[in-house]
Amino acid sequence: MEQVLSYIGENMEMVYFLLLAILLGVEVISNVPAILHTPLMSGANAIHGVVVVGAIIVMLQASPDNYLALSVGFLAVLVGTLNVIGGFVVTDRMLEMFKKKPKKS
Amino acid sequence: MTLNILEISYLIASLTFILGLKMLSNPDSARKGNLIAAAGMLIAIIATITLYQDYDSGKLINYGLIFLGLIIGTVIGTIMAKKVQMTSMPQMVSFFNGMGGACAALIAIIEFQHHQHSTVTGFDGELLVMLLGLLIGSVSFSGSIIAYGKLEGKIQDKVLPLNQVISMVMLGAIVVLIVYQMVSGSDPLLFYVLLGIALVYGVLFVMPIGGADMPVVISLLNSFTGMAAAFGGFLYGNKAMLTGGILVGSAGTILTILMCKAMNRSLTNVLLGAFGGAAAGGAKSASGDQTVREINISDTAVLLSYSQSVVIVPGYGLAVAQAQHICHELEKLLEEKGVEVNYAIHPVAGRMPGHMNVLLAEADVPYERMQEMEEINSKFANTDVVVVIGANDVVNPAAKNDPSSPIYGMPILEVDQAKNVIILKRGMAAGYAGIENELFFYPKTRMLFGDAKATLQKLTAEVKEV
Repeated sequence: MEQVLSYIGENMEMVYFLLLAILLGVEVISNVPAILHTPLMSGANAIHGVVVVGAIIVMLQASPDNYLALSVGFLAVLVGTLNVIGGFVVTDRMLEMFKKKPKKS
Repeated sequence: MTLNILEISYLIASLTFILGLKMLSNPDSARKGNLIAAAGMLIAIIATITLYQDYDSGKLINYGLIFLGLIIGTVIGTIMAKKVQMTSMPQMVSFFNGMGGACAALIAIIEFQHHQHSTVTGFDGELLVMLLGLLIGSVSFSGSIIAYGKLEGKIQDKVLPLNQVISMVMLGAIVVLIVYQMVSGSDPLLFYVLLGIALVYGVLFVMPIGGADMPVVISLLNSFTGMAAAFGGFLYGNKAMLTGGILVGSAGTILTILMCKAMNRSLTNVLLGAFGGAAAGGAKSASGDQTVREINISDTAVLLSYSQSVVIVPGYGLAVAQAQHICHELEKLLEEKGVEVNYAIHPVAGRMPGHMNVLLAEADVPYERMQEMEEINSKFANTDVVVVIGANDVVNPAAKNDPSSPIYGMPILEVDQAKNVIILKRGMAAGYAGIENELFFYPKTRMLFGDAKATLQKLTAEVKEV
């Protein structure tokens, strides 16, 4: 128990960060109109693709002869990129349609 | 020096994520918000590749593989996202979400290999973060892929016998495995057993959930992946991953709750799948002797043309028939005749909240014409004709006046207040929730049977003639 507490104490900065970010996330989207739920979900989906940064770090840390780490890391970069690119492009396609069009009449 | 630049890049990326999410919640700035977040992502990725410092250099092969992964991912991702039909949007989001979950799980696997060599005594926080990242990432991956398959129609709804019990046992096993490794140190075999259980759990988690509830599950899995990304960020002390992951984790959870509210269901209710069981009981209220009144296309055309105000209620049936363009056509035609036309959008019309708006916007329907449920409900009493196209449960009056109905309490579009109701439908099949709709038997209701697109085309032609 003491060890758990000391671990939290050592990472206090992170814990603060965590709590504030959670509150921020709630705050930022609590006023969203239902019309934007789908694009918002899709946009959020793209943002968590930031996990690809972790995959890149893994690759940079791996030693060049550790083939297991290299191949798994490569796969991680690949799927992470899919998440990022696919997410942003799909969201953009959805939002493109909300553009106000000039009246034709 | 370079390290500071790296940290500042992450700071900028974090800010763009927050700003991007904020702007995404407003129709006017949404598109820009998405681009801003994307720009921040690009900064974070480039900064990591160029500035991240490690103990030795000369890893050409590593850089080569990173770029290869980035390029292949970009090409495939772009093609998939560009080619997907707007109606298939929910499953596409689910698929990309699964990829993010897989990425988080794979990172945990490699980090676990590294971790084997370290000797930590006492409470091993790093291991816990790793195990949780692995667990949530894999559940999110397998769950999302199942959700994708179900929405694509490749996987049928299937409730395994004792699904509930098996899930509970697995959940228990997961907790035991994590606690055991925390107490007695990491064990490679148990690590992979945990991975296996988590993957199967993801499948069992989504498998029994009905199609109508899928958006809620996708949103939930979306926030799961956010959490998994945040665990990764914790592992590396990486602020960009932390902000991005946590923001999505908490925003996704709120979004999930908002969606549940729109359907008047609790999250536990959705997850335990009580809907399917209750629906069977509710369906009995339909008695055979009630008759529906049909209307033909030319009568409909006349009725619409001589109305003051018309409200169109689009449902998923409209989207499936790809009829949104012809629907807009009809709307313009009626406008020219001086009829006021609006669209009433139920929060859960389509497959996801807001999905219908996207589909209508694709057909050039002006944003101002799409009215949300609260606004339009007060206007139905002054509406001459309501045209319901491929929607069913969202206009079912049972939600208001039949306490035994499984959808009782769900907010609905009160179309029964209008003077006339015309329902475009393929046949008399029940809606997604599998319950009979008494609205069809009301004296003011007329049924117009047929494929939504074909019917609307004929109707548009008729209206031109009037």
